[in-house]
Amino acid sequence: MKLNLSRRSEVRTLIMNGGECEPYLTCDDRLMRERAAKIVEGIRIIRHATGAAEVMVGIEDNKPEAIESMMAAAQGTEVRVVAVPAMYPMGSEKQLIQVLTGQEVPAGGRAADIGVLVHNVGTAYAVRDAIRFGRPLVSRIVTVSGGAVGAPGNLEVPIGTLASDLVRACGGLRGTPARLVLGGPMMGMQVSGLDVPIVKGSSGVLALTHAEVEQTQPGPCIRCSSCVRACPMGLLPLEMAARIRIGDPVGSVDWGLKDCIACGSCSYVCPAHIPLVHWFNHAKGELAARERLKLKNEATKRLADERNGRMERIAREREEAARQRAAKKAAAEAAKKAAAEAAKQAEEVA
Amino acid sequence: MTPLAHSPHAHAQVSVGQVMATVMLALTPATLFGFWLYGWPAINVWLVSLGVALLAESVTLRIMGRPIKAALMDGSALLTAWLLALSLPPWAPWWLAAVGSLFAIVIAKQIFGGLGQNLFNPAMAARVMLLISFPLEMTSWIGAVPITSLAAPGFVDGLAITFAGTAPADGISSATLLGQVKTDLGRGIGLDQILAGLYHPDAMAWGQRAGSLGETSALLLLAGGGVLIWRRIITWHIPVAMLAGVVVPAFLASLIDPAHAPGPLYHLLSGGVILGAFFIATDPVSSPNAASGQLVFGLGCGLLTWIIRTWGGYPEGVAFAVMLMNAATPVIDRYLKPRIYGRDRKGVALTPAKESGK
Ligand code: SF4
Ligand code: SF4
Repeated sequence: MKLNLSRRSEVRTLIMNGGECEPYLTCDDRLMRERAAKIVEGIRIIRHATGAAEVMVGIEDNKPEAIESMMAAAQGTEVRVVAVPAMYPMGSEKQLIQVLTGQEVPAGGRAADIGVLVHNVGTAYAVRDAIRFGRPLVSRIVTVSGGAVGAPGNLEVPIGTLASDLVRACGGLRGTPARLVLGGPMMGMQVSGLDVPIVKGSSGVLALTHAEVEQTQPGPCIRCSSCVRACPMGLLPLEMAARIRIGDPVGSVDWGLKDCIACGSCSYVCPAHIPLVHWFNHAKGELAARERLKLKNEATKRLADERNGRMERIAREREEAARQRAAKKAAAEAAKKAAAEAAKQAEEVA
Repeated sequence: MTPLAHSPHAHAQVSVGQVMATVMLALTPATLFGFWLYGWPAINVWLVSLGVALLAESVTLRIMGRPIKAALMDGSALLTAWLLALSLPPWAPWWLAAVGSLFAIVIAKQIFGGLGQNLFNPAMAARVMLLISFPLEMTSWIGAVPITSLAAPGFVDGLAITFAGTAPADGISSATLLGQVKTDLGRGIGLDQILAGLYHPDAMAWGQRAGSLGETSALLLLAGGGVLIWRRIITWHIPVAMLAGVVVPAFLASLIDPAHAPGPLYHLLSGGVILGAFFIATDPVSSPNAASGQLVFGLGCGLLTWIIRTWGGYPEGVAFAVMLMNAATPVIDRYLKPRIYGRDRKGVALTPAKESGK
């Protein structure tokens, strides 16, 4: 999808995202360490396809081995490997662009608006396989991790493999995990069991222990502004949350709800354990629902208006017709009367 | 089946209780120093404040039908009382501490809606209330009588001082430097003459002076503040801005009128500026959220402190300054927000640099 987009707006900078999307996940790290040459080849293919003048690979600086092997592989090519600070959510497109180019993606816009295209290193790898060998995306690398996994690691598995098979291959579960998550810990989705298949976007399978989940009852906000400092988008999560709590999701839009990328950083740091991002997602859903309702209401209203207009027109026409009939009748009567009169007169005359 | 939960599925190892505990830990050195400096009565005052605060918190929570244990465990009431105790005269009678704690918890905190809802810093609200209602008791200072020295009251004498109101022996009561300077300046005595026998910056930095229980040791308070910044409980913005708000005008004034305006070091080392800058103005609940707002807030606190000290009716102005700025916080928060990514300061989406760059 993104590759298509680039044809419409001119891409000057191609950024390859070597920053892991979330903590715990290490699949991109391993990929870069072990298959750097193939990734670089894929990157050059993408660059060729998009016609970008500049190519940068941003890798978080807590992955020295990955940086090293990517640098070695990129030697002598136009691909530039850049170390970026390891700070969640560095794997987020907007934040990576900001660090690498110093530019920001305009609110409501796309990266392509400022001539930047971001791809994941995993995509580059898949593109290379697809172009060189005509091999479609039939497998991916998945991180299996979490305190409740026997031997955490990365596995390359065919798409469609059951998560439970992955966990079994990684030493099985130690005890009962407190929570099973598909994806990363910050934005992943909880699953109730492991009988789910790996899909294209599954980056990880996590089995977290109680200590890792650290779930406690939310307390009152102490306005410590930890969330403000954590928010990569420069929002005020506590103010948005305060609006949402009193049932005013519209008010929270004034404080930036629409710019929230749902990264979860605010919830992560909140000492009062307020599920901030959960509220934001809820409010976004609520707003969307209201929007839909409004559209629906508008549509209903339009239909109703039209119907009323129709009814009025019909009534008017009926009245008109009645009046005309009456007038005709009156005219006829008058004519009749006149005729009778004339006849009477004629009679009298006669 | 496990109950469904929302992301994120991990959480930093922090809680409100931990935050409060860290602040109290950071206050401990300066507090212990205060105990040492002013002896048993100071310990009694501190104990009374904390005890009454806990009692008041549980009774109000019970009346309002809120869960008591969780709120007591978060340590916020203790911290409030602790800060209040540190800003009382060390030999204050027990009822002063008790009334102050009651006021801080019941009126300044719970009536506003409990933790997180109070507009004013409860400890400072209580201090100001006491200062206005009981000016005499609130300004009965004593000089340093280290607990190990001969002049210090023993445990029993300490009880008598705190609970029976026994007057301290002559020669122990003393004025604070700020108070002394203010009175003497009013009498028309030149500054160099006043300061000659009173002002020893190095001794004052350690805390060897008359003052509130825990505000005297600038160095220990600075160390505690450093811990808070290092533990990321506060950021540098408010303390630095507040100190700047005191130092800059003091420096300018002392250049213009050296005979009457004391310099920046004097202002920093006397009264409660350091305690206020690191522990009181930084109270998260009643200070702004955005870094820019915090700078404005801190500057305002510092500047108002200096103004009150220089021209106001009271020799010390930290509590008033902080309260005034607390009142301004909602306005500051409204207008000084962080810039949102991809938007300019006014919240309008940025125009792509592609066009502006060409
Ligand atoms: S991190 Fe939590 S407690 Fe702190 S200001 Fe944000 S919402 Fe409030
Ligand atoms: S979830 Fe939204 S509000 Fe919270 S830190 Fe991320 S972008 Fe900011």
